Amino acid sequence: MALAKRIIPCLDVDQGRVVKGVNFVNIRDAGDPVEVAKRYNEQGADEITMLDITATHEGRGTMIDTVKAIAGQVFIPLTVGGGIRTVDDIRTMLNAGADKVSINSAAIFNPDFVKEASARFGAQCIVVAIDAKRVDDHWEIFTHGGRKPTGINAVEWAQKMEANGAGEILLTSMDRDGVKTGFDLALTRAVADAVTIPVIASGGVGELEHLAEGVNQGHADAVLAASIFHFGEFTIQQAKEHMASRQIEMRL
Amino acid sequence: MSKQLLTIIDYGMGNLHSVAKAFEHVADNFAVEVTDDRDRIAQADHVVLPGVGAIRDCMAEIRRQGVDQVVAENLDSGKPFLGICVGMQALMRHSDENDGIDCLNHFPGQVHQFPKNLTDSRGLPMKVPHMGWNHVHQTVEHPLWHQIESGSRFYFVHSYYAEMHPDYTAGRCEYGTEFSAIIYRDNIFATQFHPEKSHTAGLQLLRNFTQWNGKR
Repeated sequence: MALAKRIIPCLDVDQGRVVKGVNFVNIRDAGDPVEVAKRYNEQGADEITMLDITATHEGRGTMIDTVKAIAGQVFIPLTVGGGIRTVDDIRTMLNAGADKVSINSAAIFNPDFVKEASARFGAQCIVVAIDAKRVDDHWEIFTHGGRKPTGINAVEWAQKMEANGAGEILLTSMDRDGVKTGFDLALTRAVADAVTIPVIASGGVGELEHLAEGVNQGHADAVLAASIFHFGEFTIQQAKEHMASRQIEMRL
Repeated sequence: MSKQLLTIIDYGMGNLHSVAKAFEHVADNFAVEVTDDRDRIAQADHVVLPGVGAIRDCMAEIRRQGVDQVVAENLDSGKPFLGICVGMQALMRHSDENDGIDCLNHFPGQVHQFPKNLTDSRGLPMKVPHMGWNHVHQTVEHPLWHQIESGSRFYFVHSYYAEMHPDYTAGRCEYGTEFSAIIYRDNIFATQFHPEKSHTAGLQLLRNFTQWNGKR
């Protein structure tokens, strides 16, 4: 009898289609985002996250239409990320029907942006995305799809973003993303234990036990996965039942 | 037959779009309007006060735009009135948020912050905001509970909570401490959680609201 841990399917959207690359190559088409979102909603997803990986202006218009279409049919929280750089970007996505936005690189180039966004729209809708890679004995933040090091310590950055008004952290291991060997549990735990806001673990899920590990060993408050759901390997319901069998409180 | 009017009071705080979309989804016999026009709100059959963000900013806008009077008139009119999230907290007497803010005082209780030092059943610190799906236990019979099981989960996101009181709590929730998930009296029903984001149970609650005559 308590707050449930969340399962969040993630839709990487390019040119109006859901895609998922393995280490960002061999991108596979996984369908129409509205249909995919509806399917996950029916299967009991706790939230949906949609990341816009299109870098073009035209792609942005398509994304806004997609957000509107999903928001009219799916009544669970919807987070939208990718290319959120200004207060206007946030307003546009919230007006289209997003409940939260995920801020990634813009937070690194201008940490005050998170402060401004949180003051304007409230911490509840500001998710800060952190893409981290292990470097020696710690984790560093990388940008540009994991290619560019910033020299920023991921754990310290998470604490700074919490202080700046982030409501939640979306933590992705760039070492694990797409390789299906499980979350970087040490990273997840280091960040989750260092902040008092919820942490979503991401990157590396290949089987259902990985989701349970993210919560039980990584101390994550929510787990995010894409490919294990997109191609029908597992349903959200199966994932929830598995996690419940590992003594995790779930909304079944 | 002409449609009934449901207005969602727009005072510049937060995302009203999802509330409007959810009502459009459940009640096609209603025209749903997001508006700051007092006349439209006065003409409405059902009124919704949403709200997100910090209570200081919400209360400042509520007072600056005269929404406090609009709300008071609506409560007196006997029309069904739904508060959501900060729109619920604003109906209380006082909030501890932002070093203490006086609210609209339609309910006598206080709004407190979740304590920082709470731990869960595994001994881990409990995160704030309280974010996600939690059980709501119904403490009274009410038309808005129609076809919703006691203990159903709803989606919450908040760092402050309204204290419990048997006179006004219609549903309780627990997150380290027990708090009012819903406050109610007469024609008012106000939820801490987001029914518009709470899937089947949330949509049912919104549908019940549109079918409610404001009486118990």
